[in-house]
Amino acid sequence: MNNILKIENLTKTYKSAGNTLTVLNNINFSVDEGSTFAIVGPSGSGKTTLLGLCAGLDRSTSGLVELNNIRLDNLSEDERAQVRNQYVGFIFQNFQLLPTLTALENVMVPLELRGEKNSRARSMDLLDKVGLADRSHHYPTQLSGGEQQRISLARAFSNQPKILFADEPTGNLDAETSEKMVKLLFDLNRESGTTLILVTHDMELASKTQRIIRIKGGNLISDERTAAAI
Amino acid sequence: MNTDSINYKRPINFGWLLQMAWRDSRKNRSRLFLFISSIVLGIASLVAIYSFGFNLRQDIDRQAAELVGADIVISGNKPLSPQIQSLVDSLGDRKSTQRSFVSMALFTKNQGTRFVEVRALQGDFPYYGSIETTPASAATTFRKKQQVLADRNLMLQFNAHPGDSIKIGKVTFAIAGILDKAPGQTSISASVAPVIYMPLSYLEQTGLMQRGSRINYSYYIKYDRKENIEKLTTNIEPRLDKEDLSLQTVASQKEQTSRSFEDLTHFLALVGFVALLLGCIGVASSIHIYVREKLKAIAIMRCLGVKSTEAFLIYLIQIVIIGFIGSVLGAVLGTLVQQILPIAFKDFLPIEITVEVSWASIGTGILLGVVISLLFALLPLVSVRNISPLNTLRVSDESVNQKRDPLKWLVYLLIVAFITVFTYLQLNSWKQALSFTAFVLLAFFVLTGIATLIMWLLRKFLPLSWSYLWRQGFANLYRPNNQTIILLVSIGLGTAFISTLFFIQSILLSRINLSSGGNQPNLILFDIQSNQQQQVVDLTKQQHLPVFGMVPIVTIRLEELNGKNAAFYKKDTSKHVSRQVFSREYRVSYRDSLVSSEKITAGNWIGKADPAANNIPISIEEKFAQHNHIKIGDKLLFNVQGVNMETHIASFRKVNWNRIQTNFLVLFPKGVLEQAPQYFVFTTHVPSTTASAKYQQAVVKQFPNVSIIDLALVLKLLDDILGKISFVIRFMAGFSILTGLIVLVSSVLISKYQRIQESVLLRTLGASKRQILIITGLEYFFLGSIAALTGILISVPGSWALAKYSFDTAFSPPLLPVVILFFVVALITVLIGLFNSRGILNKPPLEVLRSDV
Repeated sequence: MNNILKIENLTKTYKSAGNTLTVLNNINFSVDEGSTFAIVGPSGSGKTTLLGLCAGLDRSTSGLVELNNIRLDNLSEDERAQVRNQYVGFIFQNFQLLPTLTALENVMVPLELRGEKNSRARSMDLLDKVGLADRSHHYPTQLSGGEQQRISLARAFSNQPKILFADEPTGNLDAETSEKMVKLLFDLNRESGTTLILVTHDMELASKTQRIIRIKGGNLISDERTAAAI
Repeated sequence: MNTDSINYKRPINFGWLLQMAWRDSRKNRSRLFLFISSIVLGIASLVAIYSFGFNLRQDIDRQAAELVGADIVISGNKPLSPQIQSLVDSLGDRKSTQRSFVSMALFTKNQGTRFVEVRALQGDFPYYGSIETTPASAATTFRKKQQVLADRNLMLQFNAHPGDSIKIGKVTFAIAGILDKAPGQTSISASVAPVIYMPLSYLEQTGLMQRGSRINYSYYIKYDRKENIEKLTTNIEPRLDKEDLSLQTVASQKEQTSRSFEDLTHFLALVGFVALLLGCIGVASSIHIYVREKLKAIAIMRCLGVKSTEAFLIYLIQIVIIGFIGSVLGAVLGTLVQQILPIAFKDFLPIEITVEVSWASIGTGILLGVVISLLFALLPLVSVRNISPLNTLRVSDESVNQKRDPLKWLVYLLIVAFITVFTYLQLNSWKQALSFTAFVLLAFFVLTGIATLIMWLLRKFLPLSWSYLWRQGFANLYRPNNQTIILLVSIGLGTAFISTLFFIQSILLSRINLSSGGNQPNLILFDIQSNQQQQVVDLTKQQHLPVFGMVPIVTIRLEELNGKNAAFYKKDTSKHVSRQVFSREYRVSYRDSLVSSEKITAGNWIGKADPAANNIPISIEEKFAQHNHIKIGDKLLFNVQGVNMETHIASFRKVNWNRIQTNFLVLFPKGVLEQAPQYFVFTTHVPSTTASAKYQQAVVKQFPNVSIIDLALVLKLLDDILGKISFVIRFMAGFSILTGLIVLVSSVLISKYQRIQESVLLRTLGASKRQILIITGLEYFFLGSIAALTGILISVPGSWALAKYSFDTAFSPPLLPVVILFFVVALITVLIGLFNSRGILNKPPLEVLRSDV
């Protein structure tokens, strides 16, 4: 199986008040295409920073990040944006929908950016899949948290990404809505064959993925296959 | 590497960007409009002024012939020489002659006297346009009889009617009609010296044509056949020039009138530009906050693959469109406002102004509005390029507040260049344009500096012992996303502008008041002949009025400066001697001592000279000398009524021209001019209008050739003129003040969005409405009062400089209006602040929390 994501000797440091703060220290791992993968760790462990670097949202201090065989650390911010639009999907804890766009328009944005002709029809399909076709013309503020997260799920899959990054996707949802959301996420992931990378401190959610790596104090402390992998 | 399938150079899809700009603006349109409303008034004032200027130019073009009344006008202040007389005789198909001078008119019915301009006319002038009279026939009939036309206001003032009698000099005329309008006359000029037209044939009999009288000779020439006037005037001008005669044609009048009114419209456009600049500062600040609020949305878009340029363009499109709409609204408003301007300027204009829509002015206004709002919006907008997608994971202000973006400096440079070039186009002087730009920048930096200093001081020294409400009110001034700088700059600049106007007005008024003081002369008699001196003094004493002095005046001309004549200096421009030095008539006096309004600044004052001496020491006013590069010791050859007199400059004098008294550019010592033909000027003080009327009647009856200027009347006129000018300036400044208020409203409204969360949190934690109201009120009071105070302080040095260098008078700021201004500005700020924050106070916390703000 091909590696969709390859991380080698990844280090990220910040300069703060004359001191150097190491947030990630020499991280190495790779992720198989089509697999599900979780990054877990306590608050402040560096897992969100790692997600940002893996998805090309930020640049590492040293080390290599290769996404779908493209070295992200050599690219400019605009080139990385192009890579994200082409291969990456996102789900955020705070949903991160554009407040001035309707549900449908939010889903359409990645497709429109690629200049796809049938973006409206495909987005409506996706909204239908997440059960929100009838709310397509509602604005984010007119939707509940669960509905907003389902819209962001539809948006994440709209550009048929090779890899989907989900940052605490259930963090802002109640237990019941979380459960439905997780099921939808994994179902869509399976259907589309997308690689899923979850960042969470919810071990129950993490255990649904095939592999878990643990981060603590910026260091990778374990890398295990889960029961789901078997 | 699998990079083949990615097109990193994806072309920009403008259609999609437009769509995104439209979508993104959905919930912000009213706010975007609020930002741009700051420029509406600035554009309105500019479009109004430009349209007014456009119509003025067109009307001048159309009415120039009526303004002159003939094809060619030749005028001078002495009778024509035989050579020039034969030249004038050879010109044109029809001719008219006019002699004009100031004199006293006496209405025989009620014995009323008034200083007037007499125009003694022969011929059918005007050949273009007409002299409008009531009855209309009077304009023709008066020319052949012992009749006059008298100015409408003059007739009203003395309750006179056609048919009444009026005495000019020694002759009594019947009033044929009321003069409603004469070519090239303005209400203002008519109110200074109302015009009386009389037939030239009676001039001799009036006895007013005496030696030394200041008479203007005009010859109006009309061609019925086709003639190339331009070519003709080019040929004859040098000959006329030599004899100090001026030549006027329809074309030259057009050019001259246009030029003088262009200066006026350019000045007013600059006042409008200040309003626009103020508005633009408001735009920049609003967009800055708008971008901060859009930080997350931009980060999300970046996450989804939107390039930095695309994100930047989405917001740029919004600004351009909104700027365009704002400018169009401004242009519409300006086109409406221009209807008022001709009314405001009516009294100053020699022509009738039509009001037409000027598409060129509208186009200029809209273009200017779009460009300048864009330039100022670019300042905060360029940061959009640097917003990182990482903000979707954790929000940080770092990317918005990036320290050194070279593009930002380029924008700053463009703004400064734009202001300078625009100002240059208005003022036509780089020096003035740079000074104006420097003043604007300085005011901006001072206000920004003070705002920053206040925030720093508060953060550092805010006492913890103060009550929570006070601490919170102060802390709001430096909290993140505060409005301190923008509010201080906009309110401060607005206040500086208003208080400068107050100061200038007070400087002007104090100058006038100075001359109307109790013991100062307020009646000036001139054209007193040598043999009338004693009689005038006696008459004055009989009426128990003070005698302030009899000043002799001799009219002379300069023939040579350091042995060289006018023709030499005309050729050799490197000598920087103005043409007027030779062409003007000098009214000089002689005495053995200096008066209180003058003092020697260089050389030695010599009060007496020997008439037999060859080289007479004279004194010259220092600014006149400096302007013409004349030095101590320079030799001047004067023509004293036909006799040449060699002089040299012994001293320079500084003269205070503000005093209403007789002052002179050139002063001779005693002993040399006593025998020259001369007349005298005499000043006295009359305690009341009744005494003044009685005295004037007596003088006019006994000495018909003597003219009287009543300073009370002059002061009233000055007051009238100043009132009209200050109305126009206030009207234009009103745009700036209103813009300042709009910027204030929009800044407060924007800060409302910023603070909703904070207030809601306070409300949730149990703060009462009253407490939040006090915190908000305190914050705006600090802002308003600091801004007002800074604005007033900024205007003090500027006004002081104006007083000292332009008006040459002492500057004492009027305290009361300034104190009132301070409180009004502070109060308005608090009221607007509280009024716009009421939404936060009246809504339940949950509703506010749930709404998308």
